[in-house]
Amino acid sequence: MTATMEPEVGKSRRRKEDARLITGRTRWTDNLTLPGLLHMAVLRSPMAHARITNIDASAAKDMPGVHAVFTGADLAGEQGSLPCAWPITEDMKSPDAPSIAVDKVNFAGEIVAIVVARSAYEAADALEAIDVDYDDLPVVLDMAAAVEDGADLVHEELGTNKSATWIFDSGAAGTGGDVDAAIAGSEVVIERTYRQQRLIPAFMEPRSFMCDPTGDQITLWSSTQIPHILRFLLAAQLGVPEHKIRVIAPDVGGGFGGKLQVTPEDFLTFLVARRLGKPVKYTESRSESLLSGHHGRDQIQKLTLSAKRDGTVTGLKVELLADMGAYLRLVSPGVPILGAFMFNAIYKFPAYKFVCTNVFTNKVPTDAYRGAGRPEATYAIERLMDELAAELDMDPMAVREKNWIAHEEFPFTTVCGLTYDSGNYEAATAKAMELFGYDALRAEQKERRDRGDSVQLGIGISTFTEMCGLAPSRVLGSLAYGAGGWEHAAIRMLPTGKVEVVTGSSPHGQGHETAWSQIVADQLGVPFEDVEVLHGDTQSSHKGMDTYGSRSLTVGAMAVVAATDKVKAKAAKIAAHMLEAGEDDVEFQAGSFRVRGTGAEAKGVSIQDVALAVFAAHDLPDGVEPNLDSEATFDPENFSFPHGTHLCAVEVDTETGRTTIRKYVCVDDIGKVVNPLIVEGQVHGGLAQGIAQALFEEAVHDESGTLTTGTLADYLVPSAADLPTFTTDRTETPATSNVLGVKGVGEAGTIASTPAVVNAVVDAIRHFGVNDVQMPCTPMRVWQAINTGQTDAGGLGDEAGGGLGSMNVTDTSGGQQ
Amino acid sequence: MIPAAFDYVAPTTVDDAVRALSEAGEDAKIIAGGQSLLPVLRMRLAAPSKLIDLGKVPELRGIREDGDALVIGAMTTHYEMQHDPLIAEHASLLALTANAVADPQVRHRGTFGGSLAHADPAGDLPAPALALDAEMVVRGMDGTRTVPAAEFFTDFFTTALRPGEILVEVRVPKTTGWSAHYEKFNRVAQAWSIVAVAAAVRVEGGAIAEARVALTNMGSTPVRATSVEQALVGREATPSAIRDAAAHAAEGTSPPSNADADAEYRKHLARVLTSRAVSAAVGA
Repeated sequence: MTATMEPEVGKSRRRKEDARLITGRTRWTDNLTLPGLLHMAVLRSPMAHARITNIDASAAKDMPGVHAVFTGADLAGEQGSLPCAWPITEDMKSPDAPSIAVDKVNFAGEIVAIVVARSAYEAADALEAIDVDYDDLPVVLDMAAAVEDGADLVHEELGTNKSATWIFDSGAAGTGGDVDAAIAGSEVVIERTYRQQRLIPAFMEPRSFMCDPTGDQITLWSSTQIPHILRFLLAAQLGVPEHKIRVIAPDVGGGFGGKLQVTPEDFLTFLVARRLGKPVKYTESRSESLLSGHHGRDQIQKLTLSAKRDGTVTGLKVELLADMGAYLRLVSPGVPILGAFMFNAIYKFPAYKFVCTNVFTNKVPTDAYRGAGRPEATYAIERLMDELAAELDMDPMAVREKNWIAHEEFPFTTVCGLTYDSGNYEAATAKAMELFGYDALRAEQKERRDRGDSVQLGIGISTFTEMCGLAPSRVLGSLAYGAGGWEHAAIRMLPTGKVEVVTGSSPHGQGHETAWSQIVADQLGVPFEDVEVLHGDTQSSHKGMDTYGSRSLTVGAMAVVAATDKVKAKAAKIAAHMLEAGEDDVEFQAGSFRVRGTGAEAKGVSIQDVALAVFAAHDLPDGVEPNLDSEATFDPENFSFPHGTHLCAVEVDTETGRTTIRKYVCVDDIGKVVNPLIVEGQVHGGLAQGIAQALFEEAVHDESGTLTTGTLADYLVPSAADLPTFTTDRTETPATSNVLGVKGVGEAGTIASTPAVVNAVVDAIRHFGVNDVQMPCTPMRVWQAINTGQTDAGGLGDEAGGGLGSMNVTDTSGGQQ
Repeated sequence: MIPAAFDYVAPTTVDDAVRALSEAGEDAKIIAGGQSLLPVLRMRLAAPSKLIDLGKVPELRGIREDGDALVIGAMTTHYEMQHDPLIAEHASLLALTANAVADPQVRHRGTFGGSLAHADPAGDLPAPALALDAEMVVRGMDGTRTVPAAEFFTDFFTTALRPGEILVEVRVPKTTGWSAHYEKFNRVAQAWSIVAVAAAVRVEGGAIAEARVALTNMGSTPVRATSVEQALVGREATPSAIRDAAAHAAEGTSPPSNADADAEYRKHLARVLTSRAVSAAVGA
């Protein structure tokens, strides 16, 4: 260990976890097995809204290998309700959410029966022998119709399809003016209604659950983002003492918010294993994953923006309908509320009002999906800024520049009352504009337009910010969220000087093991290779708030840093004793304690030397505990506010309507960077998911409430072949809210990219009189918008169009070969 | 995604395969590359009692010349078609179409014969087979017969194969020296075609001497665009002449309407893509 050791933070290290994750030779839940393991399969309702009048499972019980069959009636007494942890208003209506339907189903995909068998094959076969009789109820699918008087009801007992209405009004809150007055007195008003289509998180690893009830403590392995929250809620909802439950999230293959859930499958695997006294595993199929894992987005946004003719914005009013689906899952009601503070974005709106009504429908429940509320908000405001520019015949970047918070104005308190600690929109924008070649592309756009080229060029801008690093506990409390936003970490110094880092964050693909190792290597002056990161097991990592909302680095790693500080403080006492110096005379640098002022060549005591001395404990100072291990819990004082400028150029083939992304440039400012390679990966993946919303993905339910996008042949997740080469760069404005100066990056790309792409599409065809194309901007929609002005072409079609999706409407007895 | 139980046999000769199929009766299915059948089984949309796997029958593989025709074994994979020199020389439309199928994994497993016998209206290989006047050589217990492509595809996922018959090889008349192109329009790279156009033309002295055009997913079977072909023959191979001819592309078609594309849009696409396919083929 020398004083010239190169810092680990800032290195583009390849991720230490990748080899095992990519090859799959690791602990995915479905890879695990136990002696005597039984396999569970579930029967799901094909009906979106119906009473269950009879279930005949007698034949299934006699099928080969079948151990047990359960219906809702068998488990009604012990299943309790799935939790909703975010009652956004005091009068929020929240129906009981059974894990298995008892006498009524409220969405197609809801579990109605369970088979447990010796093998997954036998369990699947036995499902076919279960007969369920249903009595149809009217299906509620359309949010706008659902909130009308006299509408059919999803939950009769609630008397309404409205779950809650949540309001923020800057005039009432004292953080800004009255928006209606601002709009009434304004020179320009832009009114638009945008639709955030329903999306599916579509993580790569389908969810899997295994429960071992054979010990005194019941262990549940779950492919979850939230092992700690899951343990707490298993205890709270099922009445099992918390100390009798252990939850393990082994390697988890993606989540994007889709595994931020306490699922019916978690509860049922647990309950069934406990009932049978035998280990039970359930792994969903891809189609089950699309059908029953929660969905995301699904809002109708009615927007009113007022401005002066010089482009200065004066007010913003947002009226949302948000589709909850059939039940409120863990944080469903709060997802749109996370967007409430982001519609004003980077702009200095003097008046703002947000009203959101959460609505029940007979669809798959919605909940957090990468960005959770903030992509919806960012889409709305960035689309509106383009519309304002078009209305005023101004350059869309000029409109933004006129309204954004100037670098010298930070810290800045917004019309929502949030304080943005740092930002430099000018720097990120200047860099992005240069990389993009904005002026040259505008010139080409004009040339193509003048020439009447069949391929038109469009340029889309998104100067986004977001609030992440969830979250200051006091803020969560003020929003009636059911828990705090802190994170926990511990450092264990092993006798050989190796280090175990325990983190309450729960990685599911982010690269915590690498990033935390880099941070700890610098903090303790130990080699990167000497650090092991332990996570995702409530026994080893006993305390945590898990991973979502781009919180791991800005909250979780701060706990790690705080724990290393405590280790160093403990070690300093012992090192001073070993150096025969006073504690105040010892300094720590690059892994070694030395007497202050003696220089790097002087005799030092390394942290490893101290760890060994502590292990032996033969000669410690009086009263000093033989233990360097330390833990810390960090509660952030503020969110982090990453921002950036994203520029997208698309070519729209006006003959076919196809959109091709020609160039995508993003300059993100996420403060200091621990591992640029991981950041690059997060940005690329985020862009892909945001672009997917703009152009490709939509979860569609047909008139009867059946999910018609129930395979990946119908739900179109783009691959690398569908995406451009991204030009990514960064500016670095350190966050002032944490010691590393870092901001979150996990959701930034997704939040920023969707409006950049749609703005570009609309920009390419605005001269045809088009000012909107509904997402996803499919070729047919774009072509129809150009030719007929219709912005939402497509929708439901019932004719077989070939491919896998048409198989179930076609006699497949033909000659497959 | 666990299929229902089935029996499985893997014969090593066509005779054994035909016999196995005949003995197993109507509930049996032939499996070639499995790229269409396996998802159907896993989703339990079909539950055959027995699968007869053609993967171990050597005589179903390979590509050979036979006078004016190429003879392509039914078990030839898309990948092999992409890279075979005989196909490149004498039936380049097939190689170009094979390039457009799904993704590399599917192209390594999926087969020419399987794709034709599956007869998915959105599948890629039927249209070029139709355009090139391919002949399907099928064998059953009663012997071998030949079915022209124009009579082979009879409806959605339905062919002229009779119970007990297996598609063993495909005879494709050579189009040596012709120019070809397969223009596929889909929403993501690995997806099925919304519409696609297979075109092969022979240009002589700057004019189109012969033309073959067929359409994917413009009806329940691939559709031959004969009026386009007629309009092309004798015309200069120029963009405007090709565009005029392509205006006939949707004639006689009855495409489906669904979420990605309604019938009118598909007809429009057929015209645009036909023009592009022929133009790309001739380099206009």
